[in-house]
Amino acid sequence: MTALTTTWPVLSVTTFLPLVGTLLVYLSRGDDEAADRNARWIALWTTLVTFAVSLILVARFDAGSAGFQFVEKTAWLGTTIPYHMGVDGISLPFVILTTALMPFCIIASWSSVKKRVREYMMAFLVLETLMIGTFCALDLVLFYLFFEGGLIPMFLIIGVWGGQRRVYASFKFFLYTLAGSVLMLLAIMALYWNAGTTDIPTLMTTAVPRNMQTWAWLAFFASFAVKMPMWPVHTWLPDAHVEAPTAGSVILAAILLKMGGYGFLRFSLPMFPLASLDFTPFVFVLSVIAVVYTSLVALMQEDMKKLIAYSSVAHMGFVTMGIFAGTTQGVAGGVFQMVSHGIVSGALFLCVGVVYDRIHTREIAAYGGLVNRMPLYAVAFMVFTMANVGLPGTSGFVGEFLTLIGTFKVSIPTATVATFGVILSAAYALWLYRKVIFGVLEKPSLAAITDLSAREVLVMAPLVILTILFGVYPQPVLDMSAVSVQQLVDNYQHAISAVKAASLAH
Amino acid sequence: MYQAIVFLPLAGFLIAGLFGRVIGHRASELVTTALLFVSLALSWVAFATIGFGHHDVVVPVMEWINSGDLKIAWTLRVDTLTAVMLVVVTSVSALVHLYSIGYMHEDPHRARFFAYLSLFTFAMLMLVTANNLAQLYFGWEGVGLASYLLIGFWYHKPEANAAAIKAFVVNRVGDFGFALGIFAVFMMIGSIDLETIFAGAPALAGKAIDFFGWKVDALTLICLFLFMGAMGKSAQFLLHTWLPDAMEGPTPVSALIHAATMVTAGVFMVARLSPLFELAPNAKAVVMFIGATTAFFAATVGLVQNDIKRIVAYSTCSQLGYMFVAMGAGAYSVGMFHLFTHAFFKALLFLGSGSVIHAMHHEQDIRHMGGLKDRIPFTYIVMVIGTLALTGFPLTAGYFSKDAIIESAYAAHNPFAIYAFALTVVAAALTSFYSWRLIFKTFHGAPHDRHHYEAAHESPLVMLVPLAVLAAGSILAGFPFKELFAGHGIEEFFRGSLKMDGGEHGIINAMHHIPATVANVPTVMMVLGFAVAWLFYIRNPSLPVELARQHEGLYKFLLNKWYFDELYEVIFVRPTKWLGRFLWKKGDGWLIDGFGPDGVSARVLDVTRRAVALQSGYLYHYAFAMLIGVAGLITWFMFGGAGVH
Repeated sequence: MTALTTTWPVLSVTTFLPLVGTLLVYLSRGDDEAADRNARWIALWTTLVTFAVSLILVARFDAGSAGFQFVEKTAWLGTTIPYHMGVDGISLPFVILTTALMPFCIIASWSSVKKRVREYMMAFLVLETLMIGTFCALDLVLFYLFFEGGLIPMFLIIGVWGGQRRVYASFKFFLYTLAGSVLMLLAIMALYWNAGTTDIPTLMTTAVPRNMQTWAWLAFFASFAVKMPMWPVHTWLPDAHVEAPTAGSVILAAILLKMGGYGFLRFSLPMFPLASLDFTPFVFVLSVIAVVYTSLVALMQEDMKKLIAYSSVAHMGFVTMGIFAGTTQGVAGGVFQMVSHGIVSGALFLCVGVVYDRIHTREIAAYGGLVNRMPLYAVAFMVFTMANVGLPGTSGFVGEFLTLIGTFKVSIPTATVATFGVILSAAYALWLYRKVIFGVLEKPSLAAITDLSAREVLVMAPLVILTILFGVYPQPVLDMSAVSVQQLVDNYQHAISAVKAASLAH
Repeated sequence: MYQAIVFLPLAGFLIAGLFGRVIGHRASELVTTALLFVSLALSWVAFATIGFGHHDVVVPVMEWINSGDLKIAWTLRVDTLTAVMLVVVTSVSALVHLYSIGYMHEDPHRARFFAYLSLFTFAMLMLVTANNLAQLYFGWEGVGLASYLLIGFWYHKPEANAAAIKAFVVNRVGDFGFALGIFAVFMMIGSIDLETIFAGAPALAGKAIDFFGWKVDALTLICLFLFMGAMGKSAQFLLHTWLPDAMEGPTPVSALIHAATMVTAGVFMVARLSPLFELAPNAKAVVMFIGATTAFFAATVGLVQNDIKRIVAYSTCSQLGYMFVAMGAGAYSVGMFHLFTHAFFKALLFLGSGSVIHAMHHEQDIRHMGGLKDRIPFTYIVMVIGTLALTGFPLTAGYFSKDAIIESAYAAHNPFAIYAFALTVVAAALTSFYSWRLIFKTFHGAPHDRHHYEAAHESPLVMLVPLAVLAAGSILAGFPFKELFAGHGIEEFFRGSLKMDGGEHGIINAMHHIPATVANVPTVMMVLGFAVAWLFYIRNPSLPVELARQHEGLYKFLLNKWYFDELYEVIFVRPTKWLGRFLWKKGDGWLIDGFGPDGVSARVLDVTRRAVALQSGYLYHYAFAMLIGVAGLITWFMFGGAGVH
């Protein structure tokens, strides 16, 4: 596992290419229009090249192997902390999701961001490196640095380029996530003292004492639950989304939230299986509350972004439920749901961005009848709305279906209550669509609104295609992760089988 | 060939949907309609090959979802049951496409309309050819989407938008049960492929599922969950409220989706899963109870409605109830028979109503009509034919299928057999009454609105041809198929596609041995309903007005559809909204934020404000301080910690 599997470090190149782009943007001095334009083009090309390089990972990835691939390991901070990177079937989908969505974010910010364009692009490129790094890191310290580092650019993106209440929102975001991360840091220390290493693959196969599992699980949980976000630590998300610029919302919903789910898969289940089992009812309860509670709250929202943000919390409830069900379908569904939600929620926030750029309000009541002047927009929005509702034939269905079918076997009440989400999601998503798109276009402010521009079509079309493609044929994602998921589930089931047998004997 | 039947409508949808604006309305109409007619021709070929030639097929298309032991593939399964549905769906759909060319000729969004119609047809065909529950669910929700889009087709109408959402959400309530049914099947059997389920079902007898601490018989629970989906899609009692509102959509849509095909999906589902339902007698009892209740309930509401389409909609609801009575009786083929005949005469009644509405320039209230038989004689004749078939006039299609259902209710071994028999008999009289009431008030008597009456004109040929074909079907779809669906040919015709008790004491045998007096009751009821309608609306039109005044409470109760909408508003809609607002303002706002981040950050901000005026520039400092802090902490602990170790 320690050997270099490729002649050149594809993974590091993918991870750090955006940083090179950052440097280039930084070096392109100037405060005028030309400098801004250069910054945009550099950022776009950087993200495109990064995406292209990440496709090499897909091409060379061996989906038949459960182990880590493209592994790179060199000495870094002394002898204790190496630079250790690699991906498996669980992390690779998120790497690709990140690299694939970044160009869209840059394009979406093309004309809507006008102040401090250079800094904005730099923040996004740094963020990309940190996000990819989070999914590739195979050392706890490295992971922690990437994971927490991602906070900073996001904090800046909301705080500098955000809306009116950006300071409030960025502080809320900051406080919540910081609180979680401090606890995770303590757990990392504890793990190090227990096993003498911060190497993730080693820790995944090292048994942690039972009582320590409980505390470490809780500490990691604090961090991941906030990121996810799970109820009741979700309230930072709607505010952060509302204030963030469009591309910030896209990244927040599509990638940053997924770090929580990824953390559960990478740490909680493999390293603390017994604690995971103990806390499964707890997670189930929080998950179904997230699904039902936030769906109900979404129903009453007056702000488009808030509505989609609350619906994100609900969708993440399916993910946590599926992951902790610990069944093949539950975990595979959780991974798929995260990828699908990355595409769909990202696209929905882009949709909001399209009309926000034109009318400068996110208030649902300010819209109505857009279909009359924006037929293309109406079609794209319809596809994403249906995916959000979980209509079969869209990617949204597959994840929901798999997580639910995987959970039903483990806990019928959990799956049953969570299934209420299919009713509520239809109610709030269709209500939003009706208020914004359907009806007569009678508001004077909308009279001259224009349909999607060529640039916007370029952003929407691939996402529409992916949403439907993964709905009809989800195998590219499911196959990529299948073996790693199976190994994770097998190990988890093996670890808890003794406890289960004991409890049955009583 | 089977791929072509299913995917040609999809091609039509893609062509009209993606390129409608490029190729124009006329081309979109022609392409979708032509493709549908090809699909129709192939379906009849399939019907002959499979129904009579006994060549059942399973056509794999491609894989869909593979995860562990859950393997789901896109597959087309065509046996007799499916072949019957193929014929029904493509026949009505092709005729409705044709009819719509005339009906929608003034609409500026015709290409979109035809795209949706073809999308619907594709989803419906995927539904009926499903070989696993997930694909069934795909078709199920796909037709729901098409229905949503078509009900809300005139998106400038607020009522249409509201009705579209209502249809989707109420159907989702049913789908909630359907989904749980699928999960339960997978848990108990380990597969959701139909063959595996049918093979594994007998072994489930006697097993229980722990549902919220309540031990329930596994098969009963599974069947009831699945039936909940059927109740939503087929607008059965309690989940029926969306169907009358769905009439806001264009009339051809009502004929295709909300009469002949989509709403019968629930009936089809129960028939498809007959091997499961046969093992769950308690579930069958529920099916029969709900079916009979719906048949009666919807007929009573239909008595007093004044919107021509809503009368026919309640009639549809009621007839679907009949079909479920047959399902509950275990006479699946008989229910399918009624589904088959009903598709023709109900589509005819809807398209005929559309022709009336077209003639009256979008007037739908029968109180404003009258005497139209002289202005639109062709429409009048076909509407009368449709009414005869619906009410079960001897030798029409409905006569054979509906009477067979009433007989099956009488002969069934089901706790609700007598209940169902009584209600379906009463409903037969009510059906006859409201159907003739519609005819009399629309076509007979004196015109209520001179102006409209004078302007009324017969529809163009492109609309009349489908009416003529459906009228022929309404008469001929009964007798020639009687033996296959309800006689001695069932076994040979349906073979393995339906699981029916064909033994000595089986339902079909029992049906053939009921007393002749019982067999004639429905016909008597039909005559009775006609006679009262004639008395009320031809002979003495003041009588019903008088009656309504005397029994005002009852009249209001029926006119307001048993107050279901009002009841649901009070017990579901408003509490949900209240709860949503409460959880948002009090739960998130007051409790979580108030005691969580806001409380904390308020303190932080207080401190900050005293120190410096907070500007966005200072955020850099915070961020930088944090990074340094984090890095320092790690360095200190790692290297410090390593030393201690």
